[in-house]
Amino acid sequence: MTTFSLFRSMLRIRRIEEAIAERYGAQEMRCPVHLSIGQEAVAVGVCAALQPQDGVFGGHRAHAHYLAKGGDLTAMLAEIYGLENGCCRGVGGSMHIIDLAAGFLGAVPIVGATIPLAVGAAWAAKLRNEDKVIVVFFGDGTFEEGVVHESINFAVLHRLPVLFVCENNLYACYTRLSERQPDRPIHAIAAAHGCRIFTAEGDDVEAVHAASRMAVADLRAGGAPVFLECSTYRWREHCGPNQDDHLGYRPSGELAKWESTCPVSRLASTLSSSPEGARLVAAAEAEIAGEIASAFAAALASPVPQPADLPGYLYA
Amino acid sequence: MPEIERRITQAEAIREALAQAMEEDERVIVIGEGVPDPKGIFGTTTGLQQRFGKARVFDSPLSENGITGICVGAAISGMRPVMVHQRIDFALLAMDQIVNNAAKWHYMFAGQVKVPLVIRVIIGRGWGPGPQHAQSLQALFAHIPGLKVVMPTSGYDAKGMLLAAIRDDNPVIFIEHRWLQDIADHVPEAPYIVPLDQALICRPGQHVTLAAFSYMTVEARLAAEALAEHGIEVEVVDARSVRPLDMSTIVESVRRTGTLIVADTAWKTGGIAGEVIAGVAETAFSALKRPPLRICLPDIPAPTSPHLTRGYYPDALYLARAIAAHLGRSIPDAELADRLFRTTPHDVPQREFRGPF
Ligand SMILES: Cc1ncc(C[n+]2csc(CCOP(=O)(O)OP(=O)(O)O)c2C)c(N)n1
Ligand SMILES: [Mg+2]
Repeated sequence: MTTFSLFRSMLRIRRIEEAIAERYGAQEMRCPVHLSIGQEAVAVGVCAALQPQDGVFGGHRAHAHYLAKGGDLTAMLAEIYGLENGCCRGVGGSMHIIDLAAGFLGAVPIVGATIPLAVGAAWAAKLRNEDKVIVVFFGDGTFEEGVVHESINFAVLHRLPVLFVCENNLYACYTRLSERQPDRPIHAIAAAHGCRIFTAEGDDVEAVHAASRMAVADLRAGGAPVFLECSTYRWREHCGPNQDDHLGYRPSGELAKWESTCPVSRLASTLSSSPEGARLVAAAEAEIAGEIASAFAAALASPVPQPADLPGYLYA
Repeated sequence: MPEIERRITQAEAIREALAQAMEEDERVIVIGEGVPDPKGIFGTTTGLQQRFGKARVFDSPLSENGITGICVGAAISGMRPVMVHQRIDFALLAMDQIVNNAAKWHYMFAGQVKVPLVIRVIIGRGWGPGPQHAQSLQALFAHIPGLKVVMPTSGYDAKGMLLAAIRDDNPVIFIEHRWLQDIADHVPEAPYIVPLDQALICRPGQHVTLAAFSYMTVEARLAAEALAEHGIEVEVVDARSVRPLDMSTIVESVRRTGTLIVADTAWKTGGIAGEVIAGVAETAFSALKRPPLRICLPDIPAPTSPHLTRGYYPDALYLARAIAAHLGRSIPDAELADRLFRTTPHDVPQREFRGPF
């Protein structure tokens, strides 16, 4: 994966999330949204190390993971709008997204809920001798759920091909990590569980990618489960399209510090240092803007879903 | 001088109850994910940590089962914890501690140890929460001997029942409804108690008993007002508690009206509405002039899209039509629809509705 394609994938996610934020106030997307702005490098760096047959699970903040794994953009937007062409036909909304064709195996908002599922998927892959790695993304807060530890223990016990990716953005909603966990690295707990550990600056997509490639190669070779902790930061409010720094739950200057190491714009300026690079960056911006405009138009052209169809989804 | 009727929202009433409980009993502590944060659990815990300190008002790691067990441990050791989950769905992670420990600790040690624990959980409807964030699980808790389960509707009852729950020596599941929290109501300032086992007849009527739970009481009252204009007098009973159910108030009402309709916020199958009907059938079968009726959610999880939730949650118009049809009364539908026309979209609260209850 070239630096440019890593950049382009991040830029695309950033612009999509911004476009969602811009339109959210119209009250036509009637579901909670947890945006990934600021955290794109983790999703992109990890997913770029995967093959199409590999599987990814997410949680409440999953747009970036879905998109980075190749999830269909129009279907995600239609889902957020609650329309029939949505990736779950309007049943789920932003917090419940899935694209099986792309290997995005599902995201739901109960924190921790998909971690055992990822382990189960990796277990099945091993039992069935499939060449498949499973990744699950989750936050620093989610690491506090008991089921996470039960799952990691099982994964290590059975040496399953699973990559746990902890996006440590320092907060769970409005509560800082130091109010929720003692002062020790999260990955040290995973190490004690027996995982192989990688850490990466989560705003450095190439670092995340390099770590992920090693991790995935290891897992394919039958290595122990890997735990990758990435430091990162959520720029917008926990849930919703706005800034929320005025609430005062984060020290002043903290957001500005992270914005100054923006994974997207830093790489944009590096790439733009040559005229050819600058041309590519500008072209990517234009292409992405076009793609987003047509995806919104296509999503909004979807028919509305029918309540009468719901009972049919209940049982197989 | 008569007290000027003080009106505050239910969220404020709950916050006041928590503050007064903490004032009157230093064993009371408050814990939950987000309790001291800027949103303060929809305003119900705002300012409590500033007022009572970090030694009594706590944020929580995302560890529902563990924290519940920790609160049970504190409760059997001299504290009176009040836990809160922003959504009832998160309490599902704590079912083991709630059902296996909290509900049984007093019983299985033959009454030697008490568990004075309150678990506040919030339910809701509409505006996109979807399958995992909008469940009404009162029946799940009400099935468990050893738990008390309440669902106040008015701000007045929310305050009085929360104070009663905190003073109670048993685990109480205190179910709040998001759509009730912003409604203003008469709530006296001084502490008072509303019992945890008594239904309230909030509108008398001789033709039909409409027993309603939580937010459905609001829709029930609107329906009753509309039907009264057509000569149908609905007795609205706000059930208020789920376990124990106050069957005697409901049965007495049915003896007067001969007709029972139950409106619940939850699914029909295995729900509390069926329990109410069973209780009436067992004790006052001959008082029933016609089959009872349950008005509940369809037996499918809540979808997210507003196109799919349209019609999922029964509202006042749905209730009025169902009641009229059940009584065999034909009311021009346009009149009901006109009377109960909502000025707000179907998936947000009827903000113009301000009680009184
Ligand atoms: C079991 C459960 N408890 C609580 C919540 C409410 N909740 C949603 S997101 C969240 C914070 C998650 O924090 P983290 O895992 O760090 O992810 P981030 O939001 O920072 O990406 C909480 C508490 C939930 N959805 N599920
Ligand atoms: Mg976090």
